[in-house]
Amino acid sequence: MKLTLKIWRQGGKYNGEFVTYKLDNVNEHMSFLEMLDVLNEQLIEKREEPVAFEHDCREGICGSCSMVIDGRAHGPMQGTTTCQVHMRHYKEGDTIVIEPFRAKAFPVIRDLVVDRSAFDRIIQSGGYISVNTGQAQDANAIPIEKDQASRAFDAAACIGCGACVAACPNASAMLFTSAKVSHLALLPQGEVERKRRVLAMVAQMDAEGFGKCSNVTACEAECPKEISVSNIARLNREYLAATLAGELT
Amino acid sequence: MASKNKLNSNTPDGPVTEKWENYKGHVPLVAPNNKRRIDVIIIGSGLAGASAAASLGELGYNVKVFTFHDSPRRAHSIAAQGGINAAKNYSNDGDSVYRLFYDTIKGGDYRAREANVHRLAEVSTEIIDQCVAQGVPFAREYGGLLENRSFGGVQVSRTFYARGQTGQQLLIGAYQALSRQIALGSVKMYNRHEMLDVVVIDGQCRGVIVRNLLTGQLERHGAHAVVLCTGGYGNVFYLSTNAMLCNTTAAWRAHRRGAYFGNPCYTQIHPTCIPVSGDYQSKLTLMSESLRNDGRCWVPLHSDDVKKHPNDIPENARDYYLERRYPAFGNLVPRDIASRAAKTECDNGKGVGPTGLAVYLDFADAIKRLGKSTVEARYGNLFEMYEKITGDNPYEVPMRIYPAVHYTMGGLWVDYELMTTIPGLYAAGEANFSDHGANRLGASALMQGLADGYFVLPYTIGAYLSKEIRTGPISTNTPEFDKVEKDVLDRIHQLTAVQGSQSVESFHRRLGKIMWDKCGMARNAEGLKEAITEIRELRHEFWKDVFVPGRRDEFNPELEKAWRVADFLELGELMCEDALHRNESCGGHFREEYQTPEGEALRDDKKFMYVAAWEWRGADAKPELHKESLDYEEIKVTQRSYK
Repeated sequence: MKLTLKIWRQGGKYNGEFVTYKLDNVNEHMSFLEMLDVLNEQLIEKREEPVAFEHDCREGICGSCSMVIDGRAHGPMQGTTTCQVHMRHYKEGDTIVIEPFRAKAFPVIRDLVVDRSAFDRIIQSGGYISVNTGQAQDANAIPIEKDQASRAFDAAACIGCGACVAACPNASAMLFTSAKVSHLALLPQGEVERKRRVLAMVAQMDAEGFGKCSNVTACEAECPKEISVSNIARLNREYLAATLAGELT
Repeated sequence: MASKNKLNSNTPDGPVTEKWENYKGHVPLVAPNNKRRIDVIIIGSGLAGASAAASLGELGYNVKVFTFHDSPRRAHSIAAQGGINAAKNYSNDGDSVYRLFYDTIKGGDYRAREANVHRLAEVSTEIIDQCVAQGVPFAREYGGLLENRSFGGVQVSRTFYARGQTGQQLLIGAYQALSRQIALGSVKMYNRHEMLDVVVIDGQCRGVIVRNLLTGQLERHGAHAVVLCTGGYGNVFYLSTNAMLCNTTAAWRAHRRGAYFGNPCYTQIHPTCIPVSGDYQSKLTLMSESLRNDGRCWVPLHSDDVKKHPNDIPENARDYYLERRYPAFGNLVPRDIASRAAKTECDNGKGVGPTGLAVYLDFADAIKRLGKSTVEARYGNLFEMYEKITGDNPYEVPMRIYPAVHYTMGGLWVDYELMTTIPGLYAAGEANFSDHGANRLGASALMQGLADGYFVLPYTIGAYLSKEIRTGPISTNTPEFDKVEKDVLDRIHQLTAVQGSQSVESFHRRLGKIMWDKCGMARNAEGLKEAITEIRELRHEFWKDVFVPGRRDEFNPELEKAWRVADFLELGELMCEDALHRNESCGGHFREEYQTPEGEALRDDKKFMYVAAWEWRGADAKPELHKESLDYEEIKVTQRSYK
């Protein structure tokens, strides 16, 4: 099929602009990123600079791919990363607009590549259980109710791609942060640091320049792992409880 | 120091079952006040790298970690699906440390070092404890205790899992432990930095040259020891289940500086991957081995039926070839055997799908027996992934699968302490050759990566570092650092100066085709000789005609790729040399000349029961072979049988 692509180019010879490309040999079985590979091969043939985009596993799990396709983070499919979108969902003559994730806390590095290191710093502020190697007791010492473990898993399934931020009109990182807070708050192992964790992570999230949550819930709609906004509600409860506890002591 | 025999495995004395305990009891320690004065560099942030960095940081060493990703959490360990083995015997089905040890040695076709494998089985149980304490949400039973399932090549259920995303959850656990050390200041993290060479001073590894991928600037970093946790080299085949950026560069650069490369030809071809659909294809997607717990492999009995819709082929016209050939293990034979069996069926004209290079993996029986909801709970995300890629619904139509390159058992040769032949340079996880012999069992890669990083390296590295406490900080202002940095810069200049007419990608694709056709699932002497010549010609063509766009001093992914492919071109040749010299079949290395009348791998223990460790002699020179003989004290070596 033939397609028209409007792609945001920034860096190198581009100051920040949409550039239009025509592509005329797109196969319906290609993945979206393979379609961009074909474009880049053509650009290289013409000795032009290829479009920079981030990608790695191409199986929807590493969280590297990060573009906004026709206004939607990770493109048109529900619960799907860009790398798992296939061209069979497009038709002859379509025009596709491709942009980087846009958020103050995710500066553009080049073309479609943005800096998401703010997420790492949020985790570093408290998104862990403090247990040194070798300190653990037997793995079956603490039974965890199956559904509870399953809920913890649902939150832990976050791939850290940043689509929630890109989808949010406020560029808030609440879904990402709340997923980690929930994952660890739902497990008995996370109990000891529960209050300190939520306070530190929220403080770091604010320091990174992410916006506030105003319950738009676009994050859940665009999340490729379908992380639920109920995690945000849980974060708010955890935060409130931790704040009150702080005032009482 | 340099007098140490380079291929001495340094295996401790005593019975295999007691070596590790004895070693731990006698290994020299570094006191806490001295650890503060010792710098360790870790390259890579996957399971081995992140777990080693976190553990060494906790111990008090000064650690620097480098990854070419934008975040340590992106490392390819994240994509591992099925599970992690451990000899917990929670299933009460007869498992033990010894049995895990035995299964791994047998699964590796008696080409792994006994002492290492026993240690791996011993520490396997601690890994699960550690991960649960970190908050890894493993699958659980209704009673709240951990659930297990079975994997290929074993008759017990010892695999722990977190849905189909075990690698992700384990990596997140290690990443969080690493993040905690970063926050505490014991680990300094360098994202988007790629290691391009190691620096050896007076025979000891003293640091690395890295390239800041955002600015293109080269940086020098000195350390008392360097640990490579840089994964495998399956992308030498172009198409593999590896992530796009997986590469051999760090390991290969170390090889060129004196680290021997162990068993480079041992490649794991995974039996259950989504088949190739076109020449635009950039990578292959694995469907977890766990699917063979309930899925049944079959092809049409008659080659006339291969184009028919599978649901129109009646039961009596199907050949469940694994169950027929290997009744004891059935669909759960090890990967090398399942892959070859699928290839044999396709070679005999029984392959299905548009290309004829696929077999069916059928869940109809499982759905009938367990109900759709149970099958969905076990494999739902894998079924979804399959449907996204192929457009077919595996609840209704059998999956089509075909083998694909997945893992490399070969890697940098290391001794019992995980040290390469360059003193002070270590290799852990898939980057080393050590534990899987000629074939790795399912769910053992995660086990090995975390064993090395959490429980082996933190002990063994102390043996070396205890001699470094008086060395003082490592200066990078030395002639050796000058020289290596200049070598790196020269090579980057060469790559960008060619300005030829062919893309990096096109060279990689051609290399991959040679490797797959002639050094893939089946190899023969004639093909391997051709491959060596073809790869050499391709390499020369690359350096004359490659086109790398963009500048050196900026973010330039094409330049990164060019360097990596240049290294793959050298590695590919070594793999073929190794495969050609090994005149036997074992595990994933199948030489067509050496097979039993039933088509099984035929080993030659008299001549080849050794690790082939290759020494670099120059790009157009023959590498030099060194041998570490494998002595089995505990296990009786037999013909591997899964019938």
